[in-house]
This record gives sequence, C-alpha cells and structure tokens, in this order.
Amino acid sequence: MDEQNKHPGELGDAPVTERGADPPVLQVGPEMAMAEDVHAVVTGELVAGSSLWRDAWRRLLKNKLAVFGLVVVLLITVSSLIGPVAIKKITGYSYDYIPRESRLNKSFPPFRSPEGQFSWAHPMGTDNAGRDILARVLSGGQISLMVALIATAVSLVIGVAYGAFAGYIGGGVDDLMMRIVDVLYSLPYVIIVIVLLALLPAKTPTGQLAQLFIALGAVSWLTMARIVRGQVLSLKNQEFVLAARATGVSTPKIILRHLIPNVLGPVIVYATLTVPTVMLSEAFLSFLGLGVRPPRVSWGSLAAEGAQNLAIYPWQLIFPGVTMALMLFSLNFLGDGLRDALDPQMRKQ
Amino acid sequence: MLRFIIRRIIVIVPMLFIVVSLTWGLIRLAPGNFYTGEKKLAPAVEQNLREKYGLNKPWHVQYRRVLWNIARFDFGTSLKYEGQSVNQILWRALPVSATLGLSAYLIALFVGITTGTLAALRQNSWIDYASMALAMLGISIPNFVLGPLLVLIFSLTLFWLPPALWNGFPSKSLILPAITLSAIYIAYIARLTRSGMLEVLRSDYIRTARAKGLSEGAVVRRHALRGGLLPVVSFSGPALAFLITGTVVVERVFSLPGLGNYFINACFNRDEPLIIGIVAFIAISVLVFNLIVDISYGFLDPRIRY
Repeated sequence: MDEQNKHPGELGDAPVTERGADPPVLQVGPEMAMAEDVHAVVTGELVAGSSLWRDAWRRLLKNKLAVFGLVVVLLITVSSLIGPVAIKKITGYSYDYIPRESRLNKSFPPFRSPEGQFSWAHPMGTDNAGRDILARVLSGGQISLMVALIATAVSLVIGVAYGAFAGYIGGGVDDLMMRIVDVLYSLPYVIIVIVLLALLPAKTPTGQLAQLFIALGAVSWLTMARIVRGQVLSLKNQEFVLAARATGVSTPKIILRHLIPNVLGPVIVYATLTVPTVMLSEAFLSFLGLGVRPPRVSWGSLAAEGAQNLAIYPWQLIFPGVTMALMLFSLNFLGDGLRDALDPQMRKQ
Repeated sequence: MLRFIIRRIIVIVPMLFIVVSLTWGLIRLAPGNFYTGEKKLAPAVEQNLREKYGLNKPWHVQYRRVLWNIARFDFGTSLKYEGQSVNQILWRALPVSATLGLSAYLIALFVGITTGTLAALRQNSWIDYASMALAMLGISIPNFVLGPLLVLIFSLTLFWLPPALWNGFPSKSLILPAITLSAIYIAYIARLTRSGMLEVLRSDYIRTARAKGLSEGAVVRRHALRGGLLPVVSFSGPALAFLITGTVVVERVFSLPGLGNYFINACFNRDEPLIIGIVAFIAISVLVFNLIVDISYGFLDPRIRY
C-alpha cells in the first residue's frame, strides 16, 4: 500500500511544477495539437469501452444462472410496481384494505373462498384481519425495493466520491482517509443503527423511510470506497490521466470525467451485490419493529407478522419469506454473473 | 510483531470512545427519557429516582461518569430491572449468546470447510454445482424466515424439538437456534473455502508436494488447507459482527434470554445504563476479536510478517 502511495506523489507533482514554472508553453500551437491527439486517444478508449460493455452483455447472457437471476429480478420488480394497482382493479383489495364484513375478516388459506371452495380471489390467502396477502407482498416489495435502491444509491455516492478522492489525492490524505475507513469497518455499526432507529423514531412513516435509507446507506459505503480507491490508484498514473492533467484539466474534472467512468465496471458489480445486503438489513430492522411502520409494509415486517401467527396461519410467513428469499437469491446470482462478465480476470476458472 | 499488537491495542481505546460517545449522544438527543413511558410517575417520585441515578446532574458530569464507568468496567444499575446491576445482567445473558454463537460458528466451520473443500477438489462436478447453489440459498434466506420455518417443520409438525426454550449447553433446545444462526456462515465459509482452495491447489508448493509423491489426502490436509483457509480466517473478524446481528434475530425468534434480546428491550425501554453497557461490551469484544484474528493470520501464513 505504501509503495503504491509513493509513486503517484512523484509523478503527480512533476507536471504541476512544470506548468507553474513555464505556463506559456501550453499556449503554443503544436503542443495543443498534441494534447488533442491525446484526447482522441482518450475518446478512442471510450469507443473501445462501449464494445467492452457489449462484450460483457454477451458474456452475461451466456451465464444461465445470471440470466435466471435477471429474469426473476425483473419479474418481481415489475409485478411489485403494477401488481397492487392491478389487484385493486380486479378484486378491490389493497395492502391495507380490511373487509367490513366480519365473515371475511379473518385468515383464509391460499386459493380458498370464505366457504372453503377453490377460488382465485386470494392466491396467497388473507391475513388475520382479512387483508389480501398477495397485495401485501407486492406492496411490501415496492417498499423493500425502494429502500434497497435508494440506500444503495446513497452508499454509491458516498463511497465513489470518498474512494476516488482518496485514491487520486494520495499521500497522507489518502492514508488518513483509509485509516478512517478501517476504523469504521471494525465498528459494530448495526448496534448503533438499532439505537438510532429505536430512540429517534421519525414522526411520519415517510420520515421513517427516509431515516431508514440514510442510516443504511451511511453504513454500507465502506467497501465501495475501498474498491474505488484501489481502482483509481492503478488508473491515475496511466497516460490519459497524465494527458488530461497536462492540458490543464482541474482535479475535480479529472476525477469526474476521466477516472470515475473507468471504474464503473467494478462499481456496478459491487452496487448490484450491495442491493441484496441492504434489502436484508432493511428486512432485519423491520423484523425487529425498527424499520417500516404500519400501515406501510415491507417484506421484513410481513415476515415478522407471519412469524407471530406461525402455528395457525403458516402461509402468512411462507409467502413473504419465500418471495424475499427468491429476490435475494436472484440478485446474488445476477451480481455474481455481472462480476464474471465485467471482470474477466476474476472469472472462475 | 509485539509492536504491531501494542499499536492495535492502543487503537482500541479511541474506537471504544467513539462508539460509546455516539451511543450516549443518540440517547441524549432523543426526545423523552426512561420516565416518559406509559406508566406515569408522581413528580416527586420521579425527582427522587432521577436523583438516585444521578440523572439530574449536568450533562458533562453524566458523560464523565459514563466514561469512568466503562474504564472500570462497571456500568451502573439498570433502570428497568430494578436492583440489578448492568454487570449482573451482562454476565447472565452473555453465556446464552456466547453458547449460541459459538455452537453456530463451529457447525458452520465444520460443514462449510468440508463442503467447500469437496467442491474445490471436484471442481465443475455435480457436487460443486449443488453445494454452491445451496450456499447461495443459505446466503439468500434471511434467518428470521429460516428460523420460523424450521420451527414449523421440526416443532409444530414433527414435534421433534422445542420451538422456544433455553436449557443451557447440551440440550435439544439449542439445536434449532444454532442451525438457524449457522446457515449463512455455512454458506459464506463454503464459498470462501472453495475459492481459497482452488487458488492454492494451483500454486507451486502444492505441485512440489505432489511431486514429492505425497498422497492426495496428505497434500490437501497438510499443505493445501492451511493456505486455502486464510480467507476463512480473515472472514472470522467480520463474522463476529454478523454473528451479533444474527443472535439478535435468533434470540428474538426463539425467545432466548441472551444479550441481543436484552439489548433490543433496553432500546425500547430507554434503559440508558443497560444500552450503554451492552454497546460498550459488544464493541470491546468485536475489537478484541478482530485483533486476535489479525494476530492468528501471522501464524497461519508464514509469508506474513508484521
């Protein structure tokens, strides 16, 4: 690690001092032309990059498990998005609709009408207040997906910015920033998140959701920062970065325009693998009664309800539990597949 | 080596300080306190209680006392469980959580390493594919779904095992919680072992061992496992942090009187001394455990020198 840090310092300082000592050189025509050539090379690399994406896509499609994962993820996502509306249209049930008739106000097994006959009305049965479990599972999917995606986005922004900055600046700053990450790594942060959510419950259910994804995002950016830093360290001494710096591009611009696009591959892979972990954390917190609050539901809170009624109404646990497990399973396979596709060096031999 | 250990021990102190201060700050920031519960106390009674527990002193005095308490490893008295010190509760709950966590981790090590090694030795065979698919399943099924499902099958349908009870170490009541908790570690350890072994089996020193004419079993046991298990060892550090989250859930699912259950209840009850006591205790154990893992690394891989 230390040797890697020294290199960039030596190489990084040279062009800056040169530029400071002799600025007019940059104004000379031929020099600019050369710089443009360099830019052409850079854009050339970007063209090559797009075919890299196409290659990766082809490799992904060859991986049966990853395709299975992709299909299931899309299926569950789409049905969570349109399912609740469709069910409302067809049967009139929504996730929080409690039937007025006391006859309907109890738990029915899947595919059973109140009279005990086969019926399509509730393919997953109803819960002990008579609410349609299918509608609840799909609505819960909306919340679980939303929390997972937004929290991942939060962790993505923090992690990429932090890692890219530390890696590009290098030296003592990098050392300090990475030491902070090391320290945060070994903290039992779940415990702190539990304290936070238990002691500072938000006023509204929406506020609670916001708190949830900020809390989850804030604790899951560490690995992302490490990955991005490692990538940036290996990229920043390559010619295209040197060229950009020589033409006077500012540091934030180099990081944003030149470095980050080149670390997108690992970032996407890791983000795909972050989604299931965040989803699991959300479900874990909701299971403990710290996450999503009623009347809203998520897969975690549905599983918690189901676990309470396990002995009498097992389907209240089985359907949300299996749906969530299937989603996590598929997301993990998709993430693994993406890693194999985007990073051929890391492929399983 | 000694310098490395000393440096790491010195780092533990500020980290503990950060965790405790953060927790304490959150408790302070939160509106209300232990006495704003459903049970309304007479103002005079509350006043007396606050005086007794030192809750009417200015914040910096209280904060200093919290830090001093941790330095002495004496966390004061619980507000909820009257007359019991936090230390008493800790020492009562710790054996439950430790037994659960340790048995789960041992199960995971045994099953995970065996499966992972088999998968690596028979790469691309059906054993490999089946065990890796099972491992993915283990990672994907949340323990709060797996636990109730196991209860449904083994307690409520087959009547083999108790659904919730705590009878100490060698008892039937430990089986379901331990299996529930271990599932995800079995999966992780099997995957880590497999990839570690695959890498090691291709290395030069394994070729040398084979060239010497060692039997395949001896090559695996004496040479490959030691290097192939390094990822598993480094996983043991984060595993403890996971294990703590896992025990919280499993203790709740099976109603076990462990640290996790006390911790969640303390958070809901706003039992300040108990929250801080448990957080500090968990933080200390995680930090010390990470240190042990780092040290044991050096013993396993002779190439690593500090």
